[in-house]
Amino acid sequence: MPRVSLFVTCLVDLFYPEIGEATVKVLRAQGVQVDFPRAQICCGQPVFNSGFRADAAAVARRNLKIFNDAEAVVLPSGSCAAMIREHYPHLFDDTKEREQAERFAAKCYELTEYLCDVLGVTAYDSNFTGTITYHDSCHMCRGLGIKQQPRQCIAGVKGAALIEMPQSDECCGFGGAFSVRLPEVSEAIMYKKLDSARASGADTLVSADPGCMMHMAGGLSRRGDALQVKHIAQVLAE
Amino acid sequence: MTTFEERAHLALKNIPLQTNLKRGMHYFANARVTALAATGDPLGLRKRGKAIRDAGIANIDVHLASLVTSVERNGGVVHWAGDAAEARQIILDIAQREGVKLVVKSKSMATEEIELNHALEGEGIEVAETDLGEYIAQHAHEPPSHIIAPIVHKNKEEVAEVVSRVAGHPIAADPIAINNFARADLRQKFLSADMGISGANFAVAETGTIVLVTNEGNGRMCTSAPRIHVAVMGADKVIPTLDDLPVVLSLLTRSATGQPISVYVSMLSGPKRAEDVDGPEQFHLVIMDNGRSQFFGGEFQEMLNCIRCGACLNVCPVYKATGGHAYGACYSGPMGAVLMPGIGGVREFGDLPHASSLCGACRDACPVIIDLPRMLVARREQAPHTWIEKLTFRLTRLGMTSPLLFRLGVTFGRLGLRLFVKDGRVKSGPPPINRWTHGRDFPPIANKTFHERWKHMEKDSR
Repeated sequence: MPRVSLFVTCLVDLFYPEIGEATVKVLRAQGVQVDFPRAQICCGQPVFNSGFRADAAAVARRNLKIFNDAEAVVLPSGSCAAMIREHYPHLFDDTKEREQAERFAAKCYELTEYLCDVLGVTAYDSNFTGTITYHDSCHMCRGLGIKQQPRQCIAGVKGAALIEMPQSDECCGFGGAFSVRLPEVSEAIMYKKLDSARASGADTLVSADPGCMMHMAGGLSRRGDALQVKHIAQVLAE
Repeated sequence: MTTFEERAHLALKNIPLQTNLKRGMHYFANARVTALAATGDPLGLRKRGKAIRDAGIANIDVHLASLVTSVERNGGVVHWAGDAAEARQIILDIAQREGVKLVVKSKSMATEEIELNHALEGEGIEVAETDLGEYIAQHAHEPPSHIIAPIVHKNKEEVAEVVSRVAGHPIAADPIAINNFARADLRQKFLSADMGISGANFAVAETGTIVLVTNEGNGRMCTSAPRIHVAVMGADKVIPTLDDLPVVLSLLTRSATGQPISVYVSMLSGPKRAEDVDGPEQFHLVIMDNGRSQFFGGEFQEMLNCIRCGACLNVCPVYKATGGHAYGACYSGPMGAVLMPGIGGVREFGDLPHASSLCGACRDACPVIIDLPRMLVARREQAPHTWIEKLTFRLTRLGMTSPLLFRLGVTFGRLGLRLFVKDGRVKSGPPPINRWTHGRDFPPIANKTFHERWKHMEKDSR
């Protein structure tokens, strides 16, 4: 029985616990034993991206300890997975810590990546029905190179039909602190994204990144647009 | 001094600008990808380009010394400029010594960087930009907004207005009519100019060859018709050998405009020789540091690999939203945001590295695979942080490393935010959430966080 430690991420923990529940449900349905290290909080990306490297290293150091014994770590967020995989190893000058960070990076998986590449799941027992357009989040598709796996996941849901939007891999304008540092620029980028999603004609906008979701859902809600936003785990677990 | 945020605000509210940008940037969207795909191995070519640039910059001292020897062997004169002021003075001195009245210029970002036109004009020397885009920008009294397409922010009606003002009579908003007027106007300048000033897309160390990539033929006119040619280059433009050129040249034109090769590629190796029928009598090469040496040997060295193609601007969601003028600098987009704090100072340009969502499209588009997002973050680290930022991120770190403080924060945050929740969302939040709710609704903190829900979920599995 594969064992996975869930790194649920702070946004899911605080704002979208249902995504965490869906993630657990999907993994358990595949016979995965899921544990949740209670001490976890955040991957530290907000401080890292804002140029507070030492603070990010402090957060990372703590996570290395928390997930030290985990066999595999799964995150329902491409961006947080990229933070650990791409940046953690470069946060430490100490060789021992760097090696520890590299080991951590090597056992971290974004959810759809774990489902497709590790478990090899091809079909999901999901009641979801509808048309989906998928938003490729930046760090997931360009940082980790995960583009096919979420599409494979959607293809494994009987009632789901994928309709690609134009420029699915263009940024939604979130960018973490960027969204509040330069709100108007962030919004301008977001509206372009929402227009693309709408242009697809799909009735559900799906992403594998809670940050992008929060941003796009906030924009749609402000616009009074009824386009649904779902995390991919919610589609797979419905 | 305005901030990026203030300038971006003006750009986003400028509806004609937004329309022009959309149309202008649309062209670039597929041109680069198609042209690179045509090589059969885009990534392989980019890796070769990166290797050439990595090696060239790593031994830049050797290659610059070799460039000097080669240029002098060819009969040219080399000048070293430590900063922008020195570079301006060197060129001004040559112009004054030679009694230059009129300068024709080929498109050059290095001369934009040192604000050369103002310096020359201030001493009574007439300067004529001859690249059509730069010609229009000059007459509109605007800086270029894109390193490759200087007036991508203008439409043809606006261009016609500028040209009509130069002509003193109306010129139709028709590219051919505009072109015909500019050509006639510029022809006189080429024939009467005493000095031609160009940049250098590359400078080949082993041969002392300055390579100019242009599409209008004006560069060739500037560097062959006047009796003096001055080329201005950043020290980073040196490449070791002629064998390196085909790779970086192909990457440059394909990435910049989607052309397999530009209409003109001029390779200039010194002044006119005895047997030549034309060409300048004097050739001067100004090699400029202007902050570049600070990039060397540190986390920003990779930036010296940049070949100035503009691909990172063309894919950048921020650049595409605001256009180049919002950056308030001669170099804009991701490359500008990394370059400018280095060559112009962190005090003035420290906010530019934040003008990025770190989406990484720039790194994917870069012909020499420069890790721009990494350096954008490094620039953020280097820029002076305000006390509010320091406090915010210190508190964030505390919250991220202490479960107790985190839980306290969640509890109070949830209660506090509840005061602003209406219909299950926050439409207008307290600072700093108001910067989010400016244009997006904010979700309430869940009544039960995942941490709080896990207890039951853990039981489920047993």
